Amino acid sequence: MTAVSTTGAAAFLARHEGLRARLLGAQTDWVIAMRERATVAFRAQGFPTRRVEAWKYTDLAAVTGSVFVEPLTGVDDGLDLPATTNPRAVFIDGRFRADLSTLEGLGYAVESLAVTLPTQQHRLNAMARPEEQALAALNGMLFEDGVVITIPAGVAAGVLELLSCAAQSERAPAYHPRHLVHLGEGASLTLIETAAGPAAARYLHNPVFEIEVAAGARMNHGRLQMEGREAFFLSTVYARVAAGGTYDNFTLNAGARLSRNEIHVALNGPKAEAHMNGVQLVADGQHADTTTALDHAAPDCASRQTYKTVLSGRSRGVFQGKILVRQIAQKTDGYQMNQALLLSSEAEIDCKPQLEIYADDVKCSHGATVGALDPEQLFFLRCRGIPEAQAKAMLVEAFLTEAVEAVSDADIRASLAGAVAAWWQHQGIESA
Amino acid sequence: MLKIENLHATIDGKQILNGLTLTIAPGELHAIMGPNGSGKSTLGYVLAGREGYEVTEGSVTYNGHDLLAMTPEERAVAGVFLAFQAPVELPGVGNANFLRTALNAVRRARGETEVDAMQFLKLARARMKVLNMADDMLKRNVNVGFSGGEKKRNEMLQMAMLSPSLALLDETDSGLDIDALKMVADTVNSLRGPNFSALVITHYQRLLNHIVPDRVHVLSAGRIIRSGGPELAEELEATGYAASVAA
Repeated sequence: MTAVSTTGAAAFLARHEGLRARLLGAQTDWVIAMRERATVAFRAQGFPTRRVEAWKYTDLAAVTGSVFVEPLTGVDDGLDLPATTNPRAVFIDGRFRADLSTLEGLGYAVESLAVTLPTQQHRLNAMARPEEQALAALNGMLFEDGVVITIPAGVAAGVLELLSCAAQSERAPAYHPRHLVHLGEGASLTLIETAAGPAAARYLHNPVFEIEVAAGARMNHGRLQMEGREAFFLSTVYARVAAGGTYDNFTLNAGARLSRNEIHVALNGPKAEAHMNGVQLVADGQHADTTTALDHAAPDCASRQTYKTVLSGRSRGVFQGKILVRQIAQKTDGYQMNQALLLSSEAEIDCKPQLEIYADDVKCSHGATVGALDPEQLFFLRCRGIPEAQAKAMLVEAFLTEAVEAVSDADIRASLAGAVAAWWQHQGIESA
Repeated sequence: MLKIENLHATIDGKQILNGLTLTIAPGELHAIMGPNGSGKSTLGYVLAGREGYEVTEGSVTYNGHDLLAMTPEERAVAGVFLAFQAPVELPGVGNANFLRTALNAVRRARGETEVDAMQFLKLARARMKVLNMADDMLKRNVNVGFSGGEKKRNEMLQMAMLSPSLALLDETDSGLDIDALKMVADTVNSLRGPNFSALVITHYQRLLNHIVPDRVHVLSAGRIIRSGGPELAEELEATGYAASVAA
């Protein structure tokens, strides 16, 4: 008998091998083929190392060195979920929990992938590229559940919340939900997604989203990443936007010990738009990575990206933003800005904008700034009687304003403002 | 009572203040005049607590407290207000939010109740009317896109709202037209009283036509070389600094 590695890619491959017959869809031919494709891709790539260009600044050694287990299903230890008046789909350790969700009377479908998988052949892996994104391969190999949202053509769905919580446990679970969202022609949805977990629990949350925005549809996707400070959050979002449609993503990346927000958006029809904005709040001991890839694959499309990162203590931030403008994508209007504010001399940020343009009639601009708080501004505020800590908080908030104001949806903006205030308060406690 | 004794200060190792001694009693308004590079602005910054200046000798007490040992915010709360020569812009910080935060910080530290948004607006609008400021100045970001005159008006609004007991005006008159100059003078004059003193730092005499000082001092190479009544300002205007410096 050969020893089975308990960590790294080998552990996950072994887990897949062991669970193979019991995984979701194990009796369905196309699912078996899809799992096989994912497994081959993950076996070939493993967890990316820093030698892989897309992972140059984010080291997954802490993930590959940790032992993870399968989550227990149906464990409920009195989770204290935040109250909401919106419809909400709740996932605990990556599993849909109908008993905790409130989804009655919606004019559209919100289902569990564990239930609806057999009908999802045309959507699952419609966008994910396991051969290129190892974490999407890992997800494809082991997903057991996810949310499936289907908004019929012309339906304005309003706000839906998606809450993903880690259960309180010492077991270090790893879970890989696959979420599928489909907006029909002219439909609209505001999805507010929160990922959270206990402060001291170690777990790996590896969600993959595949989001289809049909012609003239609009998806507002607000993401609040507030995982526990020992967690690993590795997320990959794929969105595909047809003519005249809009995908508007705002991500607050504030939790987890190590986080990666990878977003791939393809603008596939004329006059499609992508808005991708985000704020990363990175405190002592954290590593936060936002990586975007925007594919302008049709003419007359526009994309706007503004990302702001605030770093304190000994922390690391990463922003990588690639814009590809294909030859067909004439009259593309692209804009990307990323700015970092370093509150400590031990904080570091790596920024890598990347423009690849094959069309000749385009307007594409990008910029990056890295700086500290302006001592003149700080002195001015203090001269007016405002205590130093409060003055700093005002300047940090001011730094974030531009990214926050770019959020068009009022509900998302409100959630975000609350989360930023909470983070800042936490900083005050830590530095006091 | 502000008491500056034998003050020496350096920045980046360069001696700027060189034994400055000055006492301003409550209710008094003093003017400091002097050529460029004489140390006028440095004096304002050292009194307000700006980083980067090193006091190498001497002392400053304000109402019996060691001013130099206090943080800038402690000085502000104690009643010291520095009106900046070139007020900094704060993109992303709304003027109303800034003013209310400052007002409440000062009120809180002075043991007064904080004002809510409605009370604040009422107070601010009343002051702004006197200063001839448009209401939308509250909605804009602090000093962002303000003209030189608007920035100075905003400084005067802050001063009027925070009701300091010692105002330091650092060349507030520079670059102002006559209307704005009168606005600055009116604001200072409206605050004058037994519990308000001021130090007006200026290069020119023209502001002193509107704010009549009790004492005028000439600063040169970091020291006061002459002191006198308001007539000294007129004399300087007529003869220039060179004559005083040479004397």
